[in-house]
Amino acid sequence: MSENTQTTATPQKYELPISGEQFRDETAAAYSPKLGKKRKRQIIVNKVDDGDTVPEILANTRTAPGILTMRGCAYAGCKGVVLGPTRDILQITHGPIGCGFYSWLTRRNKTRPKTLDDPNYMTYAMSTDLQEDEVVFGGEKKLMAAIDEAVALFHPKAIGIFATCPVGLIGDDVHAVARAAEEKYPGINIFGFSCEGYKGVSQSAGHHIANNKVFTDVVGQLDAVKEGKYRLNMLGEYNIGGDAFELERIAEACGLTLHSTFSGNSVYDEFASAHTADLNVVMCHRSINYLAEMMEAKYGIPWFKVNLVGADATAKSFRKMAAFFGDSELIERTEAVIEAEMVEVEKVRSEIRPRCEGKTAMIFVGGSRAHHYQDLLREIGVITISAGYEFAHRDDYEGRKVLPTITVDADSRNIEELKVTADETRYHPRITAEDKAKREAGGFTFSDYRGMMPEMPAGTLVIDDANHFEIEKLIEYYHPDLICAGIKEKYVVQKQGIPMKQLHSYDYMGPFAGFKGAVNFYREIDRLLNCNVFKFAKAPWDESPELTATYNN
Amino acid sequence: MRKIAIYGKGGIGKSTTTQNTVAALAEMGRNVMVVGCDPKADSTRLLLNGLAQKTVLDTLRIEGEDLDLDDVVKTGFKGTRCVESGGPEPGVGCAGRGIITSINLLEQLGAFDPKYKLDYTFYDVLGDVVCGGFAMPIRDGKAEEIYIVCSGEMMAMYAANNICKGIRKFAEAGTVRLGGLICNSRKTDREDELIIALAEKLGTQMIHFVPRDNVVQRAEINKKTVIDFDPAVGQAEEYRKLSRAVESNKLFVVPNPLEISELETLLMKFGIAD
Repeated sequence: MSENTQTTATPQKYELPISGEQFRDETAAAYSPKLGKKRKRQIIVNKVDDGDTVPEILANTRTAPGILTMRGCAYAGCKGVVLGPTRDILQITHGPIGCGFYSWLTRRNKTRPKTLDDPNYMTYAMSTDLQEDEVVFGGEKKLMAAIDEAVALFHPKAIGIFATCPVGLIGDDVHAVARAAEEKYPGINIFGFSCEGYKGVSQSAGHHIANNKVFTDVVGQLDAVKEGKYRLNMLGEYNIGGDAFELERIAEACGLTLHSTFSGNSVYDEFASAHTADLNVVMCHRSINYLAEMMEAKYGIPWFKVNLVGADATAKSFRKMAAFFGDSELIERTEAVIEAEMVEVEKVRSEIRPRCEGKTAMIFVGGSRAHHYQDLLREIGVITISAGYEFAHRDDYEGRKVLPTITVDADSRNIEELKVTADETRYHPRITAEDKAKREAGGFTFSDYRGMMPEMPAGTLVIDDANHFEIEKLIEYYHPDLICAGIKEKYVVQKQGIPMKQLHSYDYMGPFAGFKGAVNFYREIDRLLNCNVFKFAKAPWDESPELTATYNN
Repeated sequence: MRKIAIYGKGGIGKSTTTQNTVAALAEMGRNVMVVGCDPKADSTRLLLNGLAQKTVLDTLRIEGEDLDLDDVVKTGFKGTRCVESGGPEPGVGCAGRGIITSINLLEQLGAFDPKYKLDYTFYDVLGDVVCGGFAMPIRDGKAEEIYIVCSGEMMAMYAANNICKGIRKFAEAGTVRLGGLICNSRKTDREDELIIALAEKLGTQMIHFVPRDNVVQRAEINKKTVIDFDPAVGQAEEYRKLSRAVESNKLFVVPNPLEISELETLLMKFGIAD
């Protein structure tokens, strides 16, 4: 990723001990012919031509029933991922209790209220606890009662209502209830999300639904400008394990004014006034590129992609932010911060790298993480030989250049695409078209995402929507030294004697973003790769292979 | 105990036909229970002479778990046991789920207990088999015989054919069978011949042809079945014939639903007046 650092350059090519083609064909052969044919379009042996052209991958399509997928649902994407990390929008799950409970802080999104009196609703799981009675007779009254209760107890600034599967089936109208509640409680912004779990093919649908509503009902509600120079929003950073805290620290040190993070460690007022910032940087492209695009169209705020996972990637991204504002003082200060931070990073890296050099990893997670974490692993010499996203679209793999060629199918058409026009009074382009063109001619990119595949070596395996069967096959074929995925994969992998790192919840650690995060991650990966726990562990059948027993007498 | 469900297109006269048939069976001394499976809760009105009945689902909401069978079963014409499932207002919630909840609850409360010495249970079901909930009475052996009320009108026959698809689906896995078509006459051309031909194609029978007679409406206005309102009238005898035909019925089949084109051909053959 970082072209000026020899140590972390991406190798051009990687030769797998068993060819990726063989893996693909033999794995696909285990499926029914129709499914095998489909999976072959989702298991791709990477190849990079002219620095940017990669093979086409099939993504964002339905998972075949019966497959143990890693995916989540639209509700998880909307409530769990995008809105969950914000602390003072009171969030009510309209549905059975399990939906609310199991989407409650499972991603370990942290938050830090400024004072003890600041509202923080993240420590509560709020649900209408829908029962059979409401399924039969409708649950709108119970939802209204829940809002009444929430207002009486907390007096929140804003309330978000999240629809679950049964709510969609029985036709409860969460938007009508939200409107009625707003009339009843003027001054409280109340909005609903039609994020029923069954919508779309994965949690990706929920991200889009969340983006749309936050854009129409929250962003732009407050015209207060946050004091400070170089004001920007950071989109798609969810403060898992304190990542956002670390990035806030770096941004402040550099002299940037971080207006709002969507949505790690965020508050409603920051969202509502986010349209007053001058730049949007996008971390997780998949979950939040919609908001960046819409804010540019309506308010004239440009955006570009950053990667703040990996010390070198973090340095590169902060340099780009400084370059955008173009102020020499900011640029110098940023360089000074990077130089100072890299002392500790280099020290730990040079100690750990020899122990990890040449080890292999596989990453199956998210819509950006499977890409970002490759940079971090590469910094300590670990090579990612296979990677894939759970819920990404083709542009996350192949880059935004393929956007015009992505086919819109019935599933994606089901999710509303907002038509956004420039705001009559508040649209003002932060940089002129000429300036933008000039910068682009000089190599500066806007509205960009190259995708994961152009940055992976040729010969590695890219697998979309991988499943348990395929992970077992990957282990059998390649026996990687490390696998990174989520909780559902954790024990399947560990039971086979392979260290496993969760990249949804970080296994109760973090932060892993920024400079301090990189150091944390190096140390953690060193521990995982170089401890001997799996060598010492013996399965019962290894020690006494036969069980004997007698019956009667 | 024979477990019977009555299906048919909305407005075809299922509830009227069911209650008159039940009244005739009760007159013959049979112990009958009627379970209304329509959120409108109007399946037992004629047997109860208009008595407003507390529905199972309403009672469940008000009383909670502490629910007694007597709270929801009312005794109507000649000892018939009458239950209404009830359900949500139109456009709210899920009526199908309501029927599932209600029938399960009736079973738990022992509504079908042998001590009641029931000869028959009738399920009167709303409209077409529109979703899983409305198929509840024909699932898991709850009803074992289905009678479909229809007429010589295209849409009534179309609905009957559709219901047969539902029956076939559950018949393959369970015990439910089609007992026959009840023609509730709309006085269309050659209606009896048409329904006999349709029944034959489906592999079943027209179990009775109920002629159209305004006495049915007069009885309804008086909140009574015809048998209750005017036992001597000719139409009462028709319902008695229907109830005897049901009682002596031995023809229970897995129906063969028709293709739409077959159904249209049938209608062309009989329906066009020459």
